[in-house]
Amino acid sequence: MLGYLRNPWTLAAGCLLLAATAASAESGATQKAIAARGALNCGVSSGVQTGMSTLDSNAKWSGFEVDFCRAVAAAVLGDAEKIKYVPLEIKTAFATLQSGGIDVLARTATHTFIRDIELNVEWPGVYLYDSQGFLAKKSLGVKSAKELEGASICVSAGSNYELNLADFFRKNNMKFTPVAANTRDQNEKNLASGRCDVYANVLSALAGAVSKLGNPDDWVVLPELISMEPIGPVVRKDDARFRDIVAWTLNALIAAEELGITQANVDQMKASSTSPEVQRLLGATGDFGTKLGIDNAWALNAIKAVGNYGEMFERNLGEKSPIKLQRGLNNLWNNKGLMSAPLLR
Amino acid sequence: MGWLYQGLLVAALALLACVAVGNLHDNLAARGLKLGFDFLWQEAGFEIAFHLIPYTASDNYWRVFLIGITNTLLVTVLAILFSTILGFAVGIAQLSGNWAMSRAARIYVEIVRNLPQLLHILILYNVALRALPAPRAAISLGDAVYLSNRGILVPALTTDRPGLLALAVLVGLAAALALFRSLTGYAERSGRSVNAWLPALAVLLLVPALAIGLSGAGLGISVPRLKGFNFAGGWVLVPELSALVIAMAIYNAAFIGELVRASIQSVNKGQREASAAIGFGWWQTLRFIVIPQAVRVLLPPLSNQYLNILKGSSLAVAIGYPDLVGVFTGISINQTGRAIEIVAMTMAVYLAISLLIGALINLFNHMTRIVER
Amino acid sequence: MTDAATLPAGRARPVPGSAGALPARAVSWLRRRLFASWRDGLLSLGVIAVLGAIAWAIVPWALFDATWHGASRADCTGSGACWAFVSAKASQFVYGFYPPAERWRPDIAFALLVAGLVWLMVPRIPAKAYAGFFMMIVLPVATFLLLHGGFAGLTVVPSDQWGGLLLTLILAVSGITFSLPFGVLFALGRRSRMPLVRWFCIGFIEFCRGVPFLTVLFMAIVMLPFFLPSGTKPDPLALAVVGIIFYEAAYMAEVVRGGLQALPKGQYEAAMAIGFGYWRTMLHIILPQAVRKVVPGVVNTTISLLKNTTLVMVVGLFDLLNIVSAGVSDPLWAGSQAEGYFIVGLVFWLMSFGLSCYSRAIEARFARAERT
Repeated sequence: MLGYLRNPWTLAAGCLLLAATAASAESGATQKAIAARGALNCGVSSGVQTGMSTLDSNAKWSGFEVDFCRAVAAAVLGDAEKIKYVPLEIKTAFATLQSGGIDVLARTATHTFIRDIELNVEWPGVYLYDSQGFLAKKSLGVKSAKELEGASICVSAGSNYELNLADFFRKNNMKFTPVAANTRDQNEKNLASGRCDVYANVLSALAGAVSKLGNPDDWVVLPELISMEPIGPVVRKDDARFRDIVAWTLNALIAAEELGITQANVDQMKASSTSPEVQRLLGATGDFGTKLGIDNAWALNAIKAVGNYGEMFERNLGEKSPIKLQRGLNNLWNNKGLMSAPLLR
Repeated sequence: MGWLYQGLLVAALALLACVAVGNLHDNLAARGLKLGFDFLWQEAGFEIAFHLIPYTASDNYWRVFLIGITNTLLVTVLAILFSTILGFAVGIAQLSGNWAMSRAARIYVEIVRNLPQLLHILILYNVALRALPAPRAAISLGDAVYLSNRGILVPALTTDRPGLLALAVLVGLAAALALFRSLTGYAERSGRSVNAWLPALAVLLLVPALAIGLSGAGLGISVPRLKGFNFAGGWVLVPELSALVIAMAIYNAAFIGELVRASIQSVNKGQREASAAIGFGWWQTLRFIVIPQAVRVLLPPLSNQYLNILKGSSLAVAIGYPDLVGVFTGISINQTGRAIEIVAMTMAVYLAISLLIGALINLFNHMTRIVER
Repeated sequence: MTDAATLPAGRARPVPGSAGALPARAVSWLRRRLFASWRDGLLSLGVIAVLGAIAWAIVPWALFDATWHGASRADCTGSGACWAFVSAKASQFVYGFYPPAERWRPDIAFALLVAGLVWLMVPRIPAKAYAGFFMMIVLPVATFLLLHGGFAGLTVVPSDQWGGLLLTLILAVSGITFSLPFGVLFALGRRSRMPLVRWFCIGFIEFCRGVPFLTVLFMAIVMLPFFLPSGTKPDPLALAVVGIIFYEAAYMAEVVRGGLQALPKGQYEAAMAIGFGYWRTMLHIILPQAVRKVVPGVVNTTISLLKNTTLVMVVGLFDLLNIVSAGVSDPLWAGSQAEGYFIVGLVFWLMSFGLSCYSRAIEARFARAERT
């Protein structure tokens, strides 16, 4: 025993042996783990991102990304309430996903090369095409982002928006002073108090800020949009089957809108629709759910829980919400948008 | 018996290390990550609001690290300076024969030190500094100093030969110190009263002035002027820095005040009475009898408090001042995902500074201990 | 402040105290302590004016002009504080996001804590050893089981829903109850004659004392999960508690070491002489005596630990300070920072000041006990 301890090489070998015994992940392992624990572990923001994920004073989670978690839970477990929300700071979000602490991350994560390749995580789809823009007080009199030479700009510390912002100013040979706060909330306070001239963030966040800052007519979003931000759910790369489940849950919600299936009429559609696509999607015919390794009523359960994609958007971000974000690029492909689902056949 | 315990400790630590390293190996493999410091040479790509050394978004993470360290040191030095001044005032006020003064100082100490430092910082940043007007309506003091919600602007000294000026200031400082030491030494040996302050101050100012004058370097004063959105020119203390320094000075002054009070009280009353008996006045008693003895008691805990200020400066991250924790452990971890390397580097910096200061304190204690004759 | 402690009085000439009637004594006191000279008089008036101005600004704002009830910031029309904000959010400030129907559980936990504290802190109640056992073992286990649930029909309330004052107290109480025993062990280790044990303890203590608490929190929350078995879901609260315990244990160790060093060497030698081994010497002779010397230091460390718990807001936990900050971001109550910070400050001040008063009382009690 002592000899073992004295020799650093045997010690190192012992360590490696211990490391090698740990089980490696396999396709389908995530889903088995979810079924065994009876709950989906879903990573969301720490409860302060208006419209995306918020926690109210009765400990109830709501928001666009929370609804997506609910849809996945409904598809996998048949019950949208079987979720453990894990509030995460962006600092720990990807690491927690990688370590298996959560099954899926739905936390305004933009798909970028470095994250995709270096962090070993994957975006099964895009549920929000957002763009980074600038929010300014109307009284400031700024008409274009090109006029922002020398401005103080509020931005979230450590976000990719911070990088886009620096890129934009470098490209246009302009200077600015960042006011980097840790939370959206602190950014909004800084903007309201005049600590910064403009606030740089994605449009959904800017709309959320306007909804909190009082009179919407006092604020203007500058015409320049400096980046396209494809935001979607994130999963680990090592479990292709679970990636498929998340991807097709999102596809099902988009397809449902295209096929006219809503939260209200989903049961009736299953019973009476003559469209073969609707029947396949809702599990009346075919065995798409079974092929995914989950219940054949997966899409039905997801739509029953949160409605179709359009309903989810309008309820949390669109006209029916305090944020009133234009749907824009998030319209369906046949309505001048980018949202489309691969074919269900 | 002792060997058994030590063996057990080593075995337990080795087992712990073994499991931890195994898990680390696992986790890194699962994430496709490697440990290493290559990321330090990647382009950072983000701007930093406040830096003492030149920086642009195209610089690398190593420079971000250096900026974090310099910003941490800046806020630490400023906070130490102001909290010491305020703390000595509070400590002496607590011992004032004037009841109102000593009570007021006591109330200050009891209110301030029982509130969390983070709360002090948030109140100052989110409530006090918010009340300041926008740049275009800034409060102006003699058209040279401006107070606005973009910070405190003061006129700055500018020169085209900054290296020369810095060198001259250092030389002047060293010369002034040397002169001061020799004059006070002479005063002690000869027993004559010599004013050492004025000559030292003169040397301190004269050396840089001579250096500038002889070298013909350009010297100017840049006064802040409103230009576009913000002020241009002058030196700006951004609100994050101002709030942090003021809040930390207020908070730590309460502790320093207590230390100063205790150290003065530790000087035997008989010493003061003896001093009065040989005809020393209030100031002479304080200067030659109380302070030299009190300092010996004061310095160890005071330097400890200075270390607390260094460590407390990490709260900067809460209000977005780019100190080491904010800009490196905060932003850089988010951008690179290199949590282990970055947290380790950050801790190493604080640990190195703390151990260095600790060693200096021990040296000082060793030098100033009372030698029994 | 006693007279013996004052600085050399300078020009303040003491007036002999007279033992006359009360008004005369008061006048004499005033002259001596406030108006000993014209400079003193000016100083006194100046200080009183400043204190008065501060009180004049705060008291009407906090009391007379304040609005006490309302459904949103718009209802606060007065020029004073908007306490309606605090009353509307009070339950959230206390329980965080704990489900309203289950809030009797934290209530019981609060009651247990208060009972334990009273038992431990009121000198007249006997059986302190049991009180210690209650605080160290029974209370943490019972509180965790109660709050978390998942047995006997209690629904599970995950730790991310614990917040507000509840979370602050959980962090502080678990921090203090566990860092103290660890601190004692590290202090003993640092004074051990076994070199490996001593080096390990010195290394650990100096490491913790050399880095900011915030970096320890970052280490616990961001870095530690890399060293845990793959697939475990690290609970941020548990990680934060671990960080607090180890960081504060180092400080506790230094406090305890101070107490151990203050004991005369004869105590060790006497214990050895009557044949006591190391642990018996420590448990029966040394530690009971050291306790008296370390109480002020332990309470000071406790106060700083309590204040340090606010730092968890930086890593995203909703302690009292963070939940109040979040409450201010509610559009209905925008602009209520001052009220929020005031109430947080008041709560922390009461707890810290109470602890330091208790520490002074205990010190005085020990001092009396030593004299008799």
